[in-house]
Amino acid sequence: MPYFRKVLIANRGEIARRVIRTCRRLGIRTVAVYSEADRALPFAREADEAVLIGPPPAAQSYMAIEKILDAAEETGAEAVHPGYGFLAENPLFARRCAERGLVFIGPRPEVIEAMGSKLASRQLMRRAGVPVIPGWDEPLPTLAEAQRVAGALGFPLLLKASAGGGGIGMHLVSSPDELERAFDSARERAQRYFGDGTLYFERLVPGARHIEVQVARDSHGAGVHLFERECSIQRRHQKVIEETPSPFLDAERRAALCEAALRGAEAIDYTNVGTIEFVFDQAGQFYFLEMNTRLQVEHPITEETTGVDLVELQLRIAAGQPLGLAQEGIRQEGHAIECRVYAEDPQTFLPSPGTITRMELPEGARYEFGYEEGNAVTPYYDPLIGKVITRGATRSEAIERMIEALRGMRIEGIKTNLPLLLAVCQDASFQSGRYDTSFLSRPRSGQ
Amino acid sequence: MEITSSMSGIVARVLVEPGTPVQAGDTVVVLESMKMEIAVVAEQGGVVKEIRVREGDFVEEGAPLVVLDAHRAES
Repeated sequence: MPYFRKVLIANRGEIARRVIRTCRRLGIRTVAVYSEADRALPFAREADEAVLIGPPPAAQSYMAIEKILDAAEETGAEAVHPGYGFLAENPLFARRCAERGLVFIGPRPEVIEAMGSKLASRQLMRRAGVPVIPGWDEPLPTLAEAQRVAGALGFPLLLKASAGGGGIGMHLVSSPDELERAFDSARERAQRYFGDGTLYFERLVPGARHIEVQVARDSHGAGVHLFERECSIQRRHQKVIEETPSPFLDAERRAALCEAALRGAEAIDYTNVGTIEFVFDQAGQFYFLEMNTRLQVEHPITEETTGVDLVELQLRIAAGQPLGLAQEGIRQEGHAIECRVYAEDPQTFLPSPGTITRMELPEGARYEFGYEEGNAVTPYYDPLIGKVITRGATRSEAIERMIEALRGMRIEGIKTNLPLLLAVCQDASFQSGRYDTSFLSRPRSGQ
Repeated sequence: MEITSSMSGIVARVLVEPGTPVQAGDTVVVLESMKMEIAVVAEQGGVVKEIRVREGDFVEEGAPLVVLDAHRAES
């Protein structure tokens, strides 16, 4: 039985194309929504129908809930795929979809809401027996209270926004003076970006690695994990390169981690695909960091090594059908790596909008790009223009193929981080598999 | 003296007006591009002579934003 007849994709760029591809394979018709800035992008052309929803700023287009739902109604879509970012983790959007008779392809609004609050999600995971980073589970209402708590916990600490995520709204404070300087601006930024100025403390984990686990649960209570993804290569707390399996985990630790993630997902009765992010300290102890209640940017490396189409899995679960997967049947084969291609200066990491005058992608890799030659990359949205994914029987084979792809790629007219991606893949400590989240802020070796 | 844009982006906020005295390190304009905000600061003190952009304008990297009458030999 087909999952849906028609799906609207409330997103843009590479992820909209990715969802269209699976829908097409399954015989599901697609509706794209696009802003005036995105008229010429491939996703607007590749969908069966495309609806212009507003001017370039996201608040008036990709974040405009009712405009998107109007487009769904006009085109007769039955379900909405939110992609990642924009409205993907907005409980109000999920709720409004249901109220207007549409299926939201993701978890229930209450679950999105609970996981969107870092304080609430920490408490829920701790109750489920999933370790959380030591810290303070109460909000910090005033600077005086923050100083008192910091005195008891001891510096250095991370001052974080409860409504934040993806590293945004986070300050490292090493002394009472630094805390005093950071407190008001952190609260103001949290209020401005997330609409909630609640702050809390987490202990800093030095030499940390970020490893996440892909989970999937259906609406009948069956759940599986699809192993981990290693995401420690980051700049400004945002991921740049991901790989699976993680070179740090032995079989025992991998099993413990994946089991903890599944236990966490069960505790909140999670439905659809989701990702639980963990931090590993140098002793190998892991702690819950946050849950992303949507498809992850780096989902292709899981697809490449398990053979599971995660977008199809999302559609199936949203349609109320059973998972159709048993844990014993999910095997990870080989090794996969993803490099995120950003329109930015490879040294300063500053954004570089402009027109792509030339784009060549050599064979031998999987490419997920939102743009093609001649397209303008505008300043309105994320700097991610595409992703390169390679697979190999071994880690070194996957890296070799990535180096070959990166060497052959030509993107001109804008600055991109391709030189940085190539330098990392050729770096001796990356190749040895010994790296942590500070990798990109350190001088590199062995080029 | 011209204060120029450090990246291509949109002028999110202009924090000064003609006649505003500024000190070295003061933020004069906030630029926004691809979900990132960058503060453009005065490298030396002076008085704002002219504003070359408006909020919402798109500016290229290196574009002039604000013109300052620089203080001479500031102590």
